[in-house]
Amino acid sequence: MRYEAPETLDAAVQLLSSESGLKKILAGGTDLLVQMKTDLIHPDLVVDIKGISETRQITEENGGYRIGAAVTGAELEEHPKLSKDYPGVVEGANLIGSTQIQGRATMGGNLCNGSPAADSIPGLVAAGATVTVAGPKGKREMPVEDVMVGPRKLAIGADEFVVSFFLPARPAHASDAYERFIPRTEMDIAVVGAGVNLTLDDSGKITDARVALGAVAPTPLLVKEAAAAIIGTSLDDEALKKLDAAAQAACKPIDDKRGTIEYRTKVAGVLARRTAQTAYDRARNK
Amino acid sequence: MKQHIAFNVNGDPVEALCDADMTLLDVLRDELEMIGTKEGCSTGDCGACSVTVDGRLVCSCLMLAPEANGKDVTTIEGMAQGDKLHPLQQKFLEHAALQCGICTPGVLVAAKSLLERNPDPTETEVRYWLAGNLCRCTGYDKIVRAVMDAAAEMRGA
Repeated sequence: MRYEAPETLDAAVQLLSSESGLKKILAGGTDLLVQMKTDLIHPDLVVDIKGISETRQITEENGGYRIGAAVTGAELEEHPKLSKDYPGVVEGANLIGSTQIQGRATMGGNLCNGSPAADSIPGLVAAGATVTVAGPKGKREMPVEDVMVGPRKLAIGADEFVVSFFLPARPAHASDAYERFIPRTEMDIAVVGAGVNLTLDDSGKITDARVALGAVAPTPLLVKEAAAAIIGTSLDDEALKKLDAAAQAACKPIDDKRGTIEYRTKVAGVLARRTAQTAYDRARNK
Repeated sequence: MKQHIAFNVNGDPVEALCDADMTLLDVLRDELEMIGTKEGCSTGDCGACSVTVDGRLVCSCLMLAPEANGKDVTTIEGMAQGDKLHPLQQKFLEHAALQCGICTPGVLVAAKSLLERNPDPTETEVRYWLAGNLCRCTGYDKIVRAVMDAAAEMRGA
């Protein structure tokens, strides 16, 4: 195995393009190294992207935020403004693993690891985040929800990689939340995760909404029907009931040791309601 | 092909030749013979291999050795000053916060990192911060008490 740590996007793309064997991107390594050590994969080339400045910065851009793919969970939490504007995105990323894992784990890695249960992804999808992908043909932008196409399957080529995320500017009275259900209080994989992003008018009526669910389908889902159920309402009981039903209807989960199909579906409805309420309360106070 | 790496451990410059797929933990233990840092699960779940890299608490089993090139690493070996134990080490003895001891270096390194950031943590904050350090002997209570007591002593309370 060869280890390379290029300092520019072009150098990284060049390395990836010229390697014909198995090539892997290294950001925080908290999934990659586990897969290497458990003999799931034996890469010929590992490209560490942390030497590329674009992957390691959080910058304000067009009123929103550009977040490098290799920014760690701990760095997201420590940013002075990000948690105020996008508390849901940050709390999703911060739920991944222990303090030690937070010191290394990144949203770029969480996305490209390709798990349907990735905790940072529903929050990003709800936020309307896009990713910048670098490759041999240059850079391209795509919505976060289009990156995973199945468990461990990405719409990103082997000679491409995610450079950064973009979170759009926040209007007034807008906020987000992410909640997940796990069988213990810390350090586990989501049975269900829900991300909700809301914009309200001055009277508290929802004018825009995005609802995303994790761990209930082969990829994280953007559930437009769930958003439609609450847009135009003040999140009253009737709207919450419709949101619950729409979230459940979108689920296509599997049975596994963490939960049955019926259980996951039911919990998805409950979590969608709770997360929407949290996002709503946050948006009202802004 | 072996790769040459150079970094600081507990303030001292070190060099090693390593394979690209070796971890920082492998280099610490097998090349530098610093065996205070323990290997538990090797998958980032147990925290026995905790060290800090440029001041950030990480699992050394989940970091490739070449990534450590040019970095400042601190390990359990840097905690006591000669024969003088760090207050956390002293309180772990007083509270009997260890039995078999394999998790202890990782717990101590993690607890020190917490107290550097937050000298006055609540019990809940201690428990969450140390959630990635598994101990199969103590039931955690004595560990948490020792950390709280060491924090109080270090604050001069």
